[in-house]
Amino acid sequence: MPKLKVSLITGRTINQGRGKEMGKLSKEYLESVVICQIDPNDMKFLGVKENTNVKVITDFGSVVLKAVKSARAPHPKIVFIPYGPWASFIMNPKTHGTGMSSLKGIPAEVEPAPNEKVLSLQNLLNQFRKERR
Amino acid sequence: MTVITGVTCPVCGTFCDDIELVVKDNVIIDVRNACAMGAAKFLSYAAHRSLKPLVRKNGELVEASMDEAVEKAAKILVDAAYPILYGWSNTSCEAIRVGLELAEEVGGVIDNTSTVCHGPSILSVQDVGIASCTLGQLRHRADLIFYWASNPWSAHPRHIERYTMFSEGRFQKSTWRGYLSRLSGGLSRKRLQRAVNLVLRRDIFTTPEVKRRMPYSMFQKKRKMVVVDVRKTRTAEAADYFLQVEPNKDYELLQAMRMLIRDEELDVDEVAGVPVETLEEVADIMVGCELGVFFFGLGLTMSEGKHRNVDAALHLTRDLNQRTKFLIMPMRGHFNVTGVNIVFTWQTGYPYAIDFSHGYPRYNPGETSVIDILNRDEADASLIVASDPVAHFPRKTVQNLVKNPLIAIDPEVSPTTLLADVVFPSAFVGIEAEGTAYRMDHVPLPLKKIVEPPKTCLSDEEILRKILQKVHKMRRNQN
Repeated sequence: MPKLKVSLITGRTINQGRGKEMGKLSKEYLESVVICQIDPNDMKFLGVKENTNVKVITDFGSVVLKAVKSARAPHPKIVFIPYGPWASFIMNPKTHGTGMSSLKGIPAEVEPAPNEKVLSLQNLLNQFRKERR
Repeated sequence: MTVITGVTCPVCGTFCDDIELVVKDNVIIDVRNACAMGAAKFLSYAAHRSLKPLVRKNGELVEASMDEAVEKAAKILVDAAYPILYGWSNTSCEAIRVGLELAEEVGGVIDNTSTVCHGPSILSVQDVGIASCTLGQLRHRADLIFYWASNPWSAHPRHIERYTMFSEGRFQKSTWRGYLSRLSGGLSRKRLQRAVNLVLRRDIFTTPEVKRRMPYSMFQKKRKMVVVDVRKTRTAEAADYFLQVEPNKDYELLQAMRMLIRDEELDVDEVAGVPVETLEEVADIMVGCELGVFFFGLGLTMSEGKHRNVDAALHLTRDLNQRTKFLIMPMRGHFNVTGVNIVFTWQTGYPYAIDFSHGYPRYNPGETSVIDILNRDEADASLIVASDPVAHFPRKTVQNLVKNPLIAIDPEVSPTTLLADVVFPSAFVGIEAEGTAYRMDHVPLPLKKIVEPPKTCLSDEEILRKILQKVHKMRRNQN
C-alpha cells in the first residue's frame, strides 16, 4: 500500500470554530474535526478519493480520518487536521522546556485505510477510561 | 421582543463589541453583526448542556445537589498534594481572581490555556520586549499588514473587517471593493481554466505554477496585506501577496528578513522555500511603509523553535523601527485569554504556569507548566474551569490527567466533563452572567448578561467561591 511521508499541521477551521460553539457533542463539531485535508496530487499518489478513510501515523500513535481534498493547493506533502480530540491523539507531548507541546510541523505518515473505521468520540474517550485507576 | 445593542461576543480574542441581539421571552432569537462562530454561540449555546451538578458514583456520572458536589470537589482539592487548576481563558476576570485565591489556599499549580497557545510568545516578550499598541490605532493608521502564521479568516473572522484591511479608518481606506473585484476575477479565471482543461482533456491535478512576481497592488500607495503561512488559506487568498514558507522554517525566514532590513547580503538563492529576490522586494516594501504591523499566530509558537521564532519576529520589528514605524501583536485565541494573563500578573507577578506548592508563587514554564507536570505524572488531582484539555492535550498528557480525580466547571458538555468526577454546569459568561474580559490588545470590556440562567446554574465565580469557602472550612477543621 502506498505510504506518504508528510508534515502534519493542525489548526483552526471556520467549521470547527462554528461547531465547537454549537456544542462539543454536536454533529457539526464532530464532522468538522474528523477530516484530514490533503493536497490533490498527494491524494492521487495515495490512490484515495474524497471521503475515503486514511490512517495518519506519527511517533506517538495513529488515527483514522476522512480524507478531504484541500481547496487551496498546492501544498505538497503537508496535511492539515483541525484541532480536536482526533488530532490531539497523535500529537507530540514533548515541550522542550517551553511548556508548549508541538502541534504543528510534525513528521507523519499517511496511508489509505478504506476498510478501517473512524473512531467515534465515545470509543476514543473509552481508550482513556481504560487507564483510569 | 427587545433588541439589545453593544453586546460583546464571548468567543475569540477579537472580542467584537458591536453585536446586536433580539431577545424574546428570555431566549435569543436573532443575532446581528456576529461572525459564524459568534452567531453559533448566541443561537445554540444551550443545545448541549446539563443543568444539575454531576458526581461520579460507581463509574457513572449521576445528578447531585450543589452542596454534595461542592463537598466532594473541596475534599478532592484538600486531599491532593499537588493539584492543577487549569483553564480560565473562557471565563470572566472576576472568576479568575477567585481561582487564584483557591490555588494559593490548596497549594496547587494554576495555569491557563496560553500555556498551549501564546505561552512561548509571553516568554519571548519577557526576553526581548514588544512594540505594540491598541487595535484602534492600527485601524486608522496601519498601511502594511502582515498576518504571519495566522489565519484570521477562520480563527478571528471579523479581525480583518474591524481592524485591518476592510475597516474604514480615518487615514486608511477600506480595500473591500478591490478585494471583491479581485475575487470575481479569480473565480472567472478558475472557471475558464476548468473549461480549457475539459476541452484539452488535461489532467486537472496539474500543479499550477506559483506566481513569484509581486502584484501591482503591492507598489500602490494604499493599504496592503501580506500573509506568510505554510499553506494557502482563505486569509492568504484575500491578501495582496502570499509567501509560502516551508514548515518549521519561520525562524530562518525571519532572520533572513532581518539581514535584508539591515542592508546585508544573503549568499543563498532561497530561504525556507522563498527566493531571495522575493524577500528583497518584500523587505523594500516593509521599509517603505508608513506604519506596518505584524499579527502573528500559533504557526510560530507551535512549530519547531517555539519562543525562538517569536524572538526573531520581535527582533525584526525592533530592527524595522530603525527605518520606519512597525508594531507587532499576537493573535490571541479565546476572548479572555489576555485577561487571564493580566489578572494572574497583577495578583502574583507572573502571567501563567504559577506554582503555589511552596506557599509563594513560583514561575518556571517547562517545569511548572501544566503539560510538563502531567507528562511527568506529578499532579494528583485537577480542577478544570471553562476549558477542554481532554480534546486538546496530547494523548499521554490526557492519560495522566484523567487517571486522577478531575473536577470540571463548564457550561457545556465536553470530552473533559464526560471524563470528570465532579461536574458543575455553570452559567455562560457573557450571555447569562456578567463580568469583565480583556481584548487581545489589552483593552478591558464588559461582558453583558442578556438572559437569565437556569436556576440550577450558578456563574463560574459563584461556584468557585463556594468551593473556596468549603476548602477554608475543611482546612480549618484539619488544623
